[in-house]
Amino acid sequence: MALLSKKDANLILDPLADNNPITIQVLGICSALAITAELKASVVMALSVLFVLGAGNVVISLLRNVIPSKIRIIVQLVVVATLVIIVDQVLKAFAYELSKTLSVFVGLIITNCIIMGRFEAFALGNGPWKSFLDGIGNALGYGIILVIIGFFRELLGSGTLFGFPVLGDPVTKTGLYALGYENNGFMIIPPAALIVVGIVIWVQRSRNRTLIEEA
Amino acid sequence: MNTEKNSYTVIFAVIMVVIVGSVLAFMATALKPKIDENERFEKQQNILYAMGVNQNEGDGSVTFIPTNEVEAEFSKYIKKQMVVQGNTATEKEDAYLIDLKNQMAQIKAGNNAELPLLVGEKDGKEFYIIPMYGKGLWDAIWGFISLDDNMVVQGVYFDHKGETPGLGANIKQRFFMDDFEGESILDGNRYAGIGVVKGNNDPLNEDKEDNEVDALAGATITGNGVTAMIKESLKLYKPYLETIRKK
Repeated sequence: MALLSKKDANLILDPLADNNPITIQVLGICSALAITAELKASVVMALSVLFVLGAGNVVISLLRNVIPSKIRIIVQLVVVATLVIIVDQVLKAFAYELSKTLSVFVGLIITNCIIMGRFEAFALGNGPWKSFLDGIGNALGYGIILVIIGFFRELLGSGTLFGFPVLGDPVTKTGLYALGYENNGFMIIPPAALIVVGIVIWVQRSRNRTLIEEA
Repeated sequence: MNTEKNSYTVIFAVIMVVIVGSVLAFMATALKPKIDENERFEKQQNILYAMGVNQNEGDGSVTFIPTNEVEAEFSKYIKKQMVVQGNTATEKEDAYLIDLKNQMAQIKAGNNAELPLLVGEKDGKEFYIIPMYGKGLWDAIWGFISLDDNMVVQGVYFDHKGETPGLGANIKQRFFMDDFEGESILDGNRYAGIGVVKGNNDPLNEDKEDNEVDALAGATITGNGVTAMIKESLKLYKPYLETIRKK
């Protein structure tokens, strides 16, 4: 990439695969389980986290030399909460429909451990531009996994993608359902997400053996 | 600057709280009128949706009357706004803005309550629109149900604050709400409401007299919440509904 130095590019690319926040660091699992029953919610959540993590990392990075270390966690929490509330309020006033879809995610973003994790591990020790890239990278890494889980859960659980029936109609038995195929109801409940995450981790580690920890 | 000193920490915290507090307070005050207006339009859209005034096409998604038209449409279709006390109803301006949740709390406390009820008219037919309020799995659920004078459901609208996306949140999808249309809330003379039931062998909802609609998989608690919410509302309005019922 000509735009970014190799080091900067790695800040974005690393979290997408070999240092993925969900599959390698195992952070943000709670929201990955809760909202991935459909693809649309996964995408919306990924975009929200992208915004909050990108902006939050910059704010924390700018403040990194003045934040008293004793209360840094509280300061981080205040920054996330403020950002999220501001976004929520502005959307409520100017994009009401969108805010209704998003409001359920607001609480989940504030408690997302990836956000606190990146503030603590990266933004407090690096400059704003690097922190911004790190935030974007981690949010994308989180988003990719969310979309993968959402894809399989919605496809196998409801037979739809983004709400469009892709496998036929289960009630009137058309398409694949005419052959006796049934939706797997288990896929739409949260434990199924855990299994999908597990499979993703398995696939990833078997492709890249350096990720396997020594027993 | 020594950022480790206690005095610095305290001052930092105080300044942070003041700044963040004022920013949030300013935002909330500045945006409140706009947000209130949005909420009012939404309520009008929901009420009109329940009486079948919407822009749904085919089997598509829920499509309301656009916000810039909703006020005019609302005054066109809603003929009477009333508050119900026992079996009497009196007209009251802007009754639709009354918060049912507060009124239900009043009733619980043993006080007099004013329950909002709207009468709409479309194609020469009268609709009685009742608000509902209840609990889902995570948070509040609410909605509107419109009845004709035979106590047959003409339409419903449900909404929720924080049900799980893809599961309980689907109560506001057409494939769930459309099932209620044409269902009778009566079982003989009893106000049975409409139950959200699993495995009732009627997934296409062809039986309109069974007081049941097919539940959403993976959303049992939300479905039970809907059942309870309808029952609760009918209980509140039953004395008045008795006076308008024809059948």
